[in-house]
Amino acid sequence: MAAAVQTPADAGETKSWDLDPVLTVEHLTMRFGGLVAINDLSFNVGRGEITALIGPNGAGKTTVFNCVTGFYKPTEGRIAMRHGLGQQAQTVSEVTHSSLKWKPSPEGAVFLLERMPDFEISHHAKVARTFQNIRLFGGMTVLENLLVAQHNPLMRASGFTLGGILGLPGFRKAEQASIDKAVYWLEQVRLIERADDPAADLPYGDQRRLEIARAMCTEPHLLCLDEPAAGLNPRESHELNELLQFIRREHGTSVLLIEHDMGVVMEISDHIVVLDYGVKISDGDPAAVKTDPSVIAAYLGVEDEDLAEKPEVASIVVEALGEEAAEEAGIEIPPARKNGGDK
Amino acid sequence: MAAVNNAAVNTAAVDPNSLQASLKDALLAALLAGALGLFFLGIRTDIAPGGLAVRTRWGLLLTAMAIVFAGRLLLNLFVFKTKRPVTRAISGSMAGTGSALPTLGWWMGRGLFGFALVLPFFFMTFFPGQQRQYIDLAILIMTYIMLGWGLNIVVGLAGLLDLGYVAFYAVGAYSFALLATNFEFIGFWTALPLAGLLAAFWGMILGFPVLRLRGDYLAIVTLAFGEIIRVVLLNWYDFTGGPNGISGIPKPTFFGLEFSRGEGGFADFFGIEFNSIHRFVYLYYIIFILAIITNIVTMRLRRLPIGRAWEALREDEIACRSLGINTTNTKLTAFAIGAMFGGFAGSFFATRQGFISPESFTFLESAIILAIVVLGGLGSQIGVVIASIVMIGGIELLRNIGFLSQIFGPGFDPTQYRMLIFGLAMVLIMVWKPRGLVSTREPSAVLKEKKKIGADMVAQGEGH
Repeated sequence: MAAAVQTPADAGETKSWDLDPVLTVEHLTMRFGGLVAINDLSFNVGRGEITALIGPNGAGKTTVFNCVTGFYKPTEGRIAMRHGLGQQAQTVSEVTHSSLKWKPSPEGAVFLLERMPDFEISHHAKVARTFQNIRLFGGMTVLENLLVAQHNPLMRASGFTLGGILGLPGFRKAEQASIDKAVYWLEQVRLIERADDPAADLPYGDQRRLEIARAMCTEPHLLCLDEPAAGLNPRESHELNELLQFIRREHGTSVLLIEHDMGVVMEISDHIVVLDYGVKISDGDPAAVKTDPSVIAAYLGVEDEDLAEKPEVASIVVEALGEEAAEEAGIEIPPARKNGGDK
Repeated sequence: MAAVNNAAVNTAAVDPNSLQASLKDALLAALLAGALGLFFLGIRTDIAPGGLAVRTRWGLLLTAMAIVFAGRLLLNLFVFKTKRPVTRAISGSMAGTGSALPTLGWWMGRGLFGFALVLPFFFMTFFPGQQRQYIDLAILIMTYIMLGWGLNIVVGLAGLLDLGYVAFYAVGAYSFALLATNFEFIGFWTALPLAGLLAAFWGMILGFPVLRLRGDYLAIVTLAFGEIIRVVLLNWYDFTGGPNGISGIPKPTFFGLEFSRGEGGFADFFGIEFNSIHRFVYLYYIIFILAIITNIVTMRLRRLPIGRAWEALREDEIACRSLGINTTNTKLTAFAIGAMFGGFAGSFFATRQGFISPESFTFLESAIILAIVVLGGLGSQIGVVIASIVMIGGIELLRNIGFLSQIFGPGFDPTQYRMLIFGLAMVLIMVWKPRGLVSTREPSAVLKEKKKIGADMVAQGEGH
């Protein structure tokens, strides 16, 4: 299975995410006591791209997120975040061999996330995240939620509170700017009408969008979304797609997302990494991953050889991936299914 | 189908809310009371010559049954077996999420402030006989309001349950007392900021190890720290005077003028007749201004990023960290600023009393301050004021209820029952207003329209 990490066709060419990675995860291992949640995982997230991390339940996707955003300290491995173009290999190796957490480089800066506490990752390395179970400040208004996200610039502007207490004009200006930014994001996620309502009052889909807006208010270079489409109806998940495209296009933010909704994943991702039992089983563009037999096997929990023999399994594959992809992967489409499709 | 119809007819025939049902239920309760009380109330054995004599007390038993009958009937008619229970009407009127309350609260705040501003003169004009007693009580209430506002930063805004707040009150009081008694040149006004700073410093020192803990553990450790401070004060005899405390703490001066009789005093300087009440009025205004400063600073901080971060911390600590907020520092600032105001109040306490000892800083004080904050409504400034007046003023009011001793006999002292009344009041408030008297939250930033946030949305933070 491990041999199928790259299909032979991909082996020759170098992918964009390897040339200009915003984040590289190398040999990441996370153990909880005796349980190995992630085992020697390496992948890159391309700058300005949307990268999806998929896999069956319990594959370790959220653990990867928690390692990247500093909520877990990885047992082993290096997680390097780069501001500025290119691989910056020189600086990465310099920081790794020093005891520094990060270092400016000619192109920008390099951050070793596994050495940084969670709040510094958001503050300095500019990695923002959302949560699988939405974590908004429910008792605060929508506007306040977005202002809390701008805590660090506002703290500096308020002279670490002293200037703010005295009411210095510099702080007022900064506060107005932060409200303007909040208004901008509220307009983008179409929540401007509800700016003064408590966040807990919003319907589920709006809360998901608000959480993304809140993460974007920290001006991240990398936005990590943990199942952003969970619980959304088809129209809402279509809007989510557009929002993510907008964020990438207008703000140049790279996006790393965990998602179960294959419709969303296949439509918007440039790059897909597939995990199973903490191990990477596939890595490539959507077309390559879709037809990778090991991915299909992992999703259905069967060995490759079993696939062709079991028509009921085959029909599930067809349903999940579409007929074309299934045919490409060498799965025989059951006749019953074909008839059904004609209707 | 027929069975369903039958059932419907049956339920219609026996209305559970009818007078008949209520009477029947009350009668049943009375009979039950009679059966249970037969041996406890109805029959009594007395020691008589040659053994025990059985004595019957049917009158008592019948009275008990009548009381149960009447009580049950009233409860049935107004609470249990009615479509509109009185309790719901009361709690409904107290919930007050309607639009009338914000303006009511606004006016109430202005009204209370106005009254507090002229309070000493009010009592001097209308109650000249008891002016000293009343102004002293006002000073006490104002001290608790200030302490409540200080603790409100930690518990109400940052959501950290602190059971040892009295430690900072003690640090402030002892800082002032020790500074003022050991150094001639340090008076109240120079010692006040020092005491506040020292209390804030202790808040940080205690905060560092404590703030890694969460929820119930945090509450227990702050409780322990409160006790440690008190025990250290009690046992460090050479420095603090141990159980003897510190006496001879100087009184505050008015720009160097002492409130004393004769040459060079306040009255002499202004050419007015000396009156011992001047000092009380002056003390009242000191604590009033200190409390108002506490309130203004707290309200300001709420609108600043640090205050917003406190409230966000109360709502969700993990989300805070994902947004780049250093939660340890944020908690420490809440602890330190809360402790600082506690320290100010402590040094005022020391100068007012002129004598302090560790006995004034027991856990009961922490509990009372916390009760004021919780009853008033976490995070609500006006709620703290109301709760202080009710709780501190209420206890003092009990001392003045003379008519109760005419009913319960001359040995009855209502103050003996204050803890009982306290407990009862708390249970009642927690039943009807579980989030405190004023539980709505005002947003700290508004785009178009200011809307109050209902208590059910607002998280209460750690350990609640």
